[in-house]
Amino acid sequence: MSAKVYLRAFVGIVLREVLRFLQQRERFFSALVRPLVWLLVFAAGFRAVLGIAIQPPYQTYITYDVYIIPGLIAMIQLFNGMQSSLSMVYDREMGSMRVLLTTPLPRWFLLVAKLFAGTAVSVIQVYAFLAVSALFGTTFPAWGYVALLPVMVLTGLMLGALGMFLSSTIRQLENFAGVMNFVIFPTFFLSSALYPLWRMRESSYLVWQICSANPFTYAVEALRFGLYARVEPFSLMIVAAALAVFLAGAVWGYNPSRGFTARKGGPSD
Amino acid sequence: MSGNVALAVAGLSYAYGPKKALDDVAFEVRSGRFTALLGPNGAGKSTLFALVTRLFDSRDGEVTITGRSLARDGASALAPLGVVFQQTTLDLDLTVRQNLRYFSRLRGLSIREADRRIEEELTRFEMFDRLKDKVRNLNGGHRRRVEIARALLHDPKVVLMDEPTVGLDVPTRKAIVAHAHDLAKSRGIAILWATHLIDEIRPGDDLVVLHQGRIVEKGEMSEVVARVGASDLDGAFARLTGRAPTPAAGGAA
Repeated sequence: MSAKVYLRAFVGIVLREVLRFLQQRERFFSALVRPLVWLLVFAAGFRAVLGIAIQPPYQTYITYDVYIIPGLIAMIQLFNGMQSSLSMVYDREMGSMRVLLTTPLPRWFLLVAKLFAGTAVSVIQVYAFLAVSALFGTTFPAWGYVALLPVMVLTGLMLGALGMFLSSTIRQLENFAGVMNFVIFPTFFLSSALYPLWRMRESSYLVWQICSANPFTYAVEALRFGLYARVEPFSLMIVAAALAVFLAGAVWGYNPSRGFTARKGGPSD
Repeated sequence: MSGNVALAVAGLSYAYGPKKALDDVAFEVRSGRFTALLGPNGAGKSTLFALVTRLFDSRDGEVTITGRSLARDGASALAPLGVVFQQTTLDLDLTVRQNLRYFSRLRGLSIREADRRIEEELTRFEMFDRLKDKVRNLNGGHRRRVEIARALLHDPKVVLMDEPTVGLDVPTRKAIVAHAHDLAKSRGIAILWATHLIDEIRPGDDLVVLHQGRIVEKGEMSEVVARVGASDLDGAFARLTGRAPTPAAGGAA
């Protein structure tokens, strides 16, 4: 099959996801409101009590709202990754996933295209969030907004792959909400999204160890450096490695030999 | 039977754990022929469709589509296949055009070519004026027509239809059954039509009767009826599946 066919299919999958997102205004607003509540309520409260020492990539003392933004970007992407996966479970239940999987394209390609589609949606959400944050006075260097894009693509793919892998193991829609909560909250709280790791270490060595083993921490740190147009190679490497692991799991999970739509007793006819 | 073999299923078996859903299933579907896969609920029709469309994978048996084996050639063997699933698989929040363009892109068509074929197929189904409508605003029969039009966009050689008339009123059922027969005849497409409704099958159609995961009869409908020694298909189906003959249905065919 020619590269043109692959490209058209890729564009089709990404466009469909973006179109669906633009049609669902509630999804757009909830994606925006969630991090804004954290920024405007949580960060405002902690601004007075939590000082952030100078640490890379920051070259001076920063306020808490500046510190928390990369974590909130990652949170948007995490929620979006989970929501895209929820839509895959929904699509699978409703059947539209079958249309995708019965096309004459390799399954790994379809899943990767789906991942990019979900990431494209998360990028729209993040830039909308950053625009609103800027209106409230939390800004970053201009180049940072550009440099953030490739980092966001990588972190979005990793978090999307995590959701995709989870969705491949879920057989029924109603089970997925529970799994989402079980994954989202520990992933977010046990990371450097809200507090620097050194502060974690001061209060609990065990929690610090867990945070250090959490790939989400490295997504947050890669985004933090990206916002200042700087590269943090170690974090990017960990994120890329986690992406490879989660994607391999998702491709395995959606392998037809595992009976992708199989449930106990199979489909009814 | 006339026509080339477009779809061949040989020695296909599949089990959900200890429960055997298909057991050594073998049949052929020929170009230009309407082949009905008739079986009661739970006979294994949807499992068979999942295997032919590669949603499931089985090491026991082989599926060949226009000479290309699913096991050997993988997903690329699905290229000449069009599918209409039992459930609606259109995106309700998108328009008819957006849905069809999405599918066209998945099949590698350029936008210009896709739009030409979308117009052609929707016109054939008298649905072109609904191009900009959201699928959510279409009734069940219209959604079905759009799905059949979608399955034809890439000019398939084989079209699988998994109980496509479920939930539709009698006139719409009749129209869709007639259209499927016409597709086989006028365009030479091999149609495999899964159903449990005998009134959707015409005397000249090919027939595969599936019961409890096994093929219990196959051949041209009138031959099958004669072989079983029944007076009509209803009687033959009842004998083959051990069920009481059904009261007359809506007369879709």
